[in-house]
Amino acid sequence: MALILGISALYHDSAAALLRDGEIVAAAQEERFTRRKHDPRFPEHAIAYVLEEAGATFDQVDHVVFYDKPLLKFERLLETYMARAPRGFSSFRLAMPVWLREKLFLKDFLLKEFRKQHKGFRPDQLQFSEHHYSHAASAFYPSPFEEAVVLTLDGVGEWATSSVAIGRGNTLTIEKEMHFPHSLGLLYSAFTYYTGFKVNSGEYKVMGLAPYGTPKYHDLILDKVIDLKEDGSFRLDQQYFNYATGLTMTNHRFAALFGEPVRQPESEDLTQFHMDIAASIQSVTEEVVMRLTRALAAEYGIPNLCLAGGVALNCVANGKVHRDGAFENIWIQPASGDAGGALGAAQAMWHHELGQPRTVQKRDAMKGSYLGPAFDQTQIETALKSCGAVYEVADYDGMIAAAADCLAEEGAVGWFQGRMEFGPRALGGRSILGDPRSDKTQKLLNLKVKYRESFRPFAPSVLAENVSDWFQHEGDSPYMLLVADVVEEKRVAMTEAQQALFGIDKLNVKRSEVPAITHVDYSARLQTVHKDTNPAYHDVISAFAVRTGCPMVVNTSFNVRGEPIVCTPEDAFHCFMGTEMDMLVIGNCVLRKPDQPEALKTDYKNRYELD
Amino acid sequence: MISLISELWAFMRVRKKFWLLPILVVLGLFGVLIVLAQGSAIAPFIYTIF
Repeated sequence: MALILGISALYHDSAAALLRDGEIVAAAQEERFTRRKHDPRFPEHAIAYVLEEAGATFDQVDHVVFYDKPLLKFERLLETYMARAPRGFSSFRLAMPVWLREKLFLKDFLLKEFRKQHKGFRPDQLQFSEHHYSHAASAFYPSPFEEAVVLTLDGVGEWATSSVAIGRGNTLTIEKEMHFPHSLGLLYSAFTYYTGFKVNSGEYKVMGLAPYGTPKYHDLILDKVIDLKEDGSFRLDQQYFNYATGLTMTNHRFAALFGEPVRQPESEDLTQFHMDIAASIQSVTEEVVMRLTRALAAEYGIPNLCLAGGVALNCVANGKVHRDGAFENIWIQPASGDAGGALGAAQAMWHHELGQPRTVQKRDAMKGSYLGPAFDQTQIETALKSCGAVYEVADYDGMIAAAADCLAEEGAVGWFQGRMEFGPRALGGRSILGDPRSDKTQKLLNLKVKYRESFRPFAPSVLAENVSDWFQHEGDSPYMLLVADVVEEKRVAMTEAQQALFGIDKLNVKRSEVPAITHVDYSARLQTVHKDTNPAYHDVISAFAVRTGCPMVVNTSFNVRGEPIVCTPEDAFHCFMGTEMDMLVIGNCVLRKPDQPEALKTDYKNRYELD
Repeated sequence: MISLISELWAFMRVRKKFWLLPILVVLGLFGVLIVLAQGSAIAPFIYTIF
């Protein structure tokens, strides 16, 4: 038995993943255990969990693989500072002490941590994989393809900001790369910063905001900021940016170009200008991704595409690539961010370094991305008792019926079943569910359950067998990474007065039979639910469909704004008590809000720092 | 520390970036000062001057 542990840590989104003889046993992000969003610290809890899941101890681990190469990153930093000296001195002064004290000694640090658990851990058991190779490996090796073009797009790793690799069988070879500072991820982050959201976490808000605006600045961005070639390769004009050596993403020239200063999130509201900016950068991103994928499809003549890296979480762009049809098949790693690098690093070790064969799985090898901890009925009841919760234990059918009844009555249901998801999306393991038919659901969930901005859209989980009845989509989208439009028959035509509305005002217009999941441009971020990967989730949606004729539910992650998704029954109960959820279903335990002791209700809204 | 130095040397050889050596030496000296001064690299000079 060979155990390989992959680790990503110390930048953002620390995580651990474990392979046993090449099979993915478990993977989890550190933030879920420490309850600190995007926790970058050494993932000791995640490592302890993945080992426990495998029933192994650290001394049985054969190889540990770190997801990037710190010395190469250091080289990039030094060269960038050198090239721009003396500009960037303030950033240099902040960065160097951290490198000289900690990051340069990463290998020693890791060895020390591992030797705490196993004295005989040898230096040659620790390997380092390149950042984009880790991403590419996480996209190709678990994919359902024997051969594929692998495209990774993110902010920056060591030098690479995007890469193209070809995967065949168990081999994966990087063919070409684009290098720092020319980065699609950093371009998107620059606009995230400019519109007043947090870099590295607010990007999906920009994406959600885009449909409220019109891409007025699309041409300006293409003319001035990015020199985009026919094949999708590009150069960013660095005179507008400050991220290479400064402490902000953009500079005064960038603000002058678009005509407004950077939005201050605390004091300035979002205006139509910000929505137009969001729409513009989203449309430029889509154009870059489309040109890249079309050029790659023509160049390599391979019908399969795998995607990973932070930009691959841009499900609107993914949906366009899917519909474009340049590639017949597309598979996207659900943990596309840096956390997924832990998995890719381990798989690169197994297949690429050790040359072990790869068996292609029919759907994929991610097990629905349900790779985190699960709790049995006894553990759940013990945890709930210790919290003072009032619950009833139903049989399986009773539990499904209770949840479906509550949903049909427009209730918000906390749904906690089976293993936790790996990756940023809740996929029906740790989800809050709602009724998509209700025009109140979006506001209720945003303002009273999730405590987040009212413009943020929600996604549907739809039975895989019914997806094309409701959406212009064929095929699977199990990881909520593709966007598709609601079919014409299910739309509600807007009156002329409604069509004339701008921005957020459009939010209140009923746009389809399922308004809670229909964005203002009639799109929806799809998750198809499959009986074989998550039977309980499939059953509850089926039960809801029997009651209402609607084979989908609203699915949003089980957390409030700024909080990591819940991991344990205790986390779930606290979140349930701190928000206006109506019901919580954990395993076979059903908890109703009115039954709970008043004293256990807590102020949850301000517990987590806003993202 | 020895292992880090040997790794940096190997790194420069593989990447053919020997021009990084003077920068690394200076940074290394600063690193020593940071460790000695427990926080600020400028502190020892201030004490010497004043």
